[in-house]
Amino acid sequence: MQTDIKKNLVKRNVNVNLLLILIVVALAVIPLFIAKDAEFGGADGLAEEAITEIASEYEPWFSPIYEPASGEIESLLFALQAAIGAGIIGYGLGYFKGRRKGQKRELA
Amino acid sequence: MPKKQQLALGLALMIVLMPKTVSAMHIMEGFLPPIWAISWGALCIPFIIMGLFSIKEIVRENPSVKLILAMAGGFSFVLSALKIPSVTGSCSHPTGVGFGAILFGPTVMSVIGLIVLLFQAMLLAHGGLTTLGANTFSMAVIGPVAAFATYKLVKKANGPQWLAVFLAAMLGDLLTYVVTSIQLALAFPAEVGGFGASLAKFMGIFAVTQIPLAISEGILTVLIFNALSAHAKDELESLNILTKEA
Repeated sequence: MQTDIKKNLVKRNVNVNLLLILIVVALAVIPLFIAKDAEFGGADGLAEEAITEIASEYEPWFSPIYEPASGEIESLLFALQAAIGAGIIGYGLGYFKGRRKGQKRELA
Repeated sequence: MPKKQQLALGLALMIVLMPKTVSAMHIMEGFLPPIWAISWGALCIPFIIMGLFSIKEIVRENPSVKLILAMAGGFSFVLSALKIPSVTGSCSHPTGVGFGAILFGPTVMSVIGLIVLLFQAMLLAHGGLTTLGANTFSMAVIGPVAAFATYKLVKKANGPQWLAVFLAAMLGDLLTYVVTSIQLALAFPAEVGGFGASLAKFMGIFAVTQIPLAISEGILTVLIFNALSAHAKDELESLNILTKEA
């Protein structure tokens, strides 16, 4: 009985999580249809243009000490950043999940 | 390390970091006049120093919480690497600092946010060293403070856990970019309309773009928070996030 209730609860949680993930995906995909002709450049690039409009004589007084040589290398570094973060999160969740399983087994 | 040495280290780092600024979907390298760059940087210093000390405390008092701290940093690394398209037809990225701010308090995330911003400024030409101070202030000071305050307010009003986490992460993300807009408007008031006109313009670029992303960050933060509270209850209880069930 009790395990049935627990199983249903877990199932419900999984469904809620799936729904939440779908919403996140939709939030990223819908703009592609709403703003069909947009370039989807970075917001920082747009801000640069706006600054040039407001203060046309402004010259950036410092440039990046290192710039990725190409878009590919830039995306490599962004992917690397995400991979490092995701690796740590995965390790942590796995550790805690395994630990809890071990504790349960000891109790049983 | 004795306290005096800790303080000296903090001060030394502060001096090293002070005259620089960052930009990413933050403010672009070289795009803040030096006076602003330095002022924003100086404003961040108390938060960074307090953050360094509280990280030390956290790690000493409860070693198993170290892993959760690393995960909070990892979360911020992932989210701020994801440039996501938005309804305005441009892209921006979330910040991921709300999660850690809820767990560890805002100043801890000031330090972690600074690390993320440094990584992006030095390797990705995203943000910048001269705008590091301003971007740290928006993403690593205001963002976490807003998230932390929102979380506490919702909890105080007896709101559900998920709502507190969602609103905290969302507002922390959104306010980061509102502050970015304010920083740019202060440095570049329009000839006609001054600060207000510039603010409206930069808000249109940064803050509006950020709204759907902030909602995404809120949802993702709820997901990781739930996963963590299912498996690491003891640690979250020791951080006073979850109250012990009787």
